[in-house]
Amino acid sequence: MLALFGSVEQGIIYAIMALGVYLTFRVLDFPDLTVDGSFVTGAATAAMMIVLGYNPLIATLAAVIAGFIAGCITGLLHTKGKINPLLSGILMMIALYSINLRIMGMTREGGAGVSNVPLLNTDTIFTMFQNFWGSLGIDDTISNMLREMGVESVPTTYGTVLVVLIITIIIKFIADWFLKTEVGLAIRATGDNKRMIRSFSANTDRLIILGLGLSNALVALAGALIAQYSKFSDIQMGVGMIVIGLASVIIGEAIFGTKTIVRTTFAVVAGAVIYRMIYAFALRVDFLDTGDMKLITAFIVILALVVPQIIDKQKEKKRKAKRMAERNAAHIPAPVEQGGNPLA
Amino acid sequence: MLKLDRINKIFNEGTPDEKIALDNINLRLAPGDFVTIIGSNGAGKSTMMNMISGALMPDFGSVTIDSNDVTRLPEYKRAHFIGRVFQDPMAGTAPAMTIEENLAIAYSRNQKRGLRFGVDKKRRDFFRTSLERLHLNLENRLTAKVGLLSGGERQALSLLMATFTKPSILLLDEHTAALDPSRADLITKLTKELVEADNLTTLMVTHNMQQALDLGNRLIMMDKGQIILEVSEDKKPGLTIPDLMTEFEHIRGEKMNSDRALLG
Repeated sequence: MLALFGSVEQGIIYAIMALGVYLTFRVLDFPDLTVDGSFVTGAATAAMMIVLGYNPLIATLAAVIAGFIAGCITGLLHTKGKINPLLSGILMMIALYSINLRIMGMTREGGAGVSNVPLLNTDTIFTMFQNFWGSLGIDDTISNMLREMGVESVPTTYGTVLVVLIITIIIKFIADWFLKTEVGLAIRATGDNKRMIRSFSANTDRLIILGLGLSNALVALAGALIAQYSKFSDIQMGVGMIVIGLASVIIGEAIFGTKTIVRTTFAVVAGAVIYRMIYAFALRVDFLDTGDMKLITAFIVILALVVPQIIDKQKEKKRKAKRMAERNAAHIPAPVEQGGNPLA
Repeated sequence: MLKLDRINKIFNEGTPDEKIALDNINLRLAPGDFVTIIGSNGAGKSTMMNMISGALMPDFGSVTIDSNDVTRLPEYKRAHFIGRVFQDPMAGTAPAMTIEENLAIAYSRNQKRGLRFGVDKKRRDFFRTSLERLHLNLENRLTAKVGLLSGGERQALSLLMATFTKPSILLLDEHTAALDPSRADLITKLTKELVEADNLTTLMVTHNMQQALDLGNRLIMMDKGQIILEVSEDKKPGLTIPDLMTEFEHIRGEKMNSDRALLG
């Protein structure tokens, strides 16, 4: 129960990263691999600044800006350098590896490359909120209620889940709003039909750069929050992040659908939480080790990609078989198309 | 309104595939002119359209729209002046977006895009009244995804999107060629209505000679990258397909060998 609660908290933070991945993969139709690097850039920037004594809010904001810049550079590589999208992302990802070591190195005198920055006795966004939240005494009230209801292990605080939930919901609504503005519509059209949007006076290069910047700003924000949540920043923490983001997007879309933007962004957020829960359950299986998690992640994504196809095919087969059976039973010839609306 | 000055374009220059696509093209359109362009495959019709829209840059020569020299402006900047409908019905609209969102994108063609909602109450009303002109009942399907529409409906929507912001130049690139005859007729009729309603300066490429004769006040015929025949406003009414065929033979000294040009 407690492990599950923790995974929900993390899932809600990772949802911000998943929204970033959604923005590139789905909206812009740009498979952006910068994410593995920019996630750590966010974590490293926030951790470094917090260690150096900056306010955690300013540190988090700086992380967002760093992510934005990283995304914009990937965009420049692709649009101005005419480099293939996948390769632009990979180049940026590998470049960020060194940059991230340097960023974390800034915490130490003459430390060129540092691969881990702990945040043990420092303020974070979460401790700041906790100071205020703890004084309200709501935690005890809820815990007592749960204990009376027979729940034995209760989390120490509900402040963290509340604060991440607020941040993620705000970001979801901003994303919903942004994708409906004139610029947002143009970005969506860029991913949908570049030729069309160019003929309506939109600079697709600039829109791609902006979209990648915003996406990686979200990814870096998630990185900054995860670093403060788990109280360290590590050079390895971004490995496979893109696949996790993709898994969240795909799982969410498969379960909740993509009918409207509002629905889809909700699906992505929910997908990220569900992914974390599957992850938590998988970790509890005896014969699996934490090292197996990347394999499990890959497996989840493959399942989420393949299963819907199989289900669709089965449905179609059944529908066709049913129709043929009905037709054979009634000896009715194939239906003739009726003319109605001349353009329908 | 539109001025093409000595436009030249050579593809694959210096290779065995070298091809002169446009050979010293001069063309002037007065405001309100509706010029139809005919010619066989490879005559340079589409290349000329791409020169005007900015999808291709000329090797030599200049393009002027509304007395602005746009020769070196990229496509997206020129689009401020130009409305365009492509041959492929899928090319002019964004399929994953709704009808009203597509219209909102088109609505922002000649202004700066900002952080305002693309579709608000006022615009929705405007979109609805604009769609009514198509008589396709699309005004009641504003939130339907464009990908669900038929080719003809999409082309009609593209036509509306290209025209309802009153561009300085309207480019129609064989925009009925990919449709079946009855839908093509409908789009042709709509084209006529929309162009006449706003008196748009229009350039239309077509393979269909009859369509070229029925629409517009001027006609030009292209062959091998050159404009070989210009029919002026006073000569165009009364012109027939046999007239055009004879004219072509007369100019080129050979028979027009394209059945497609005749039957469209």
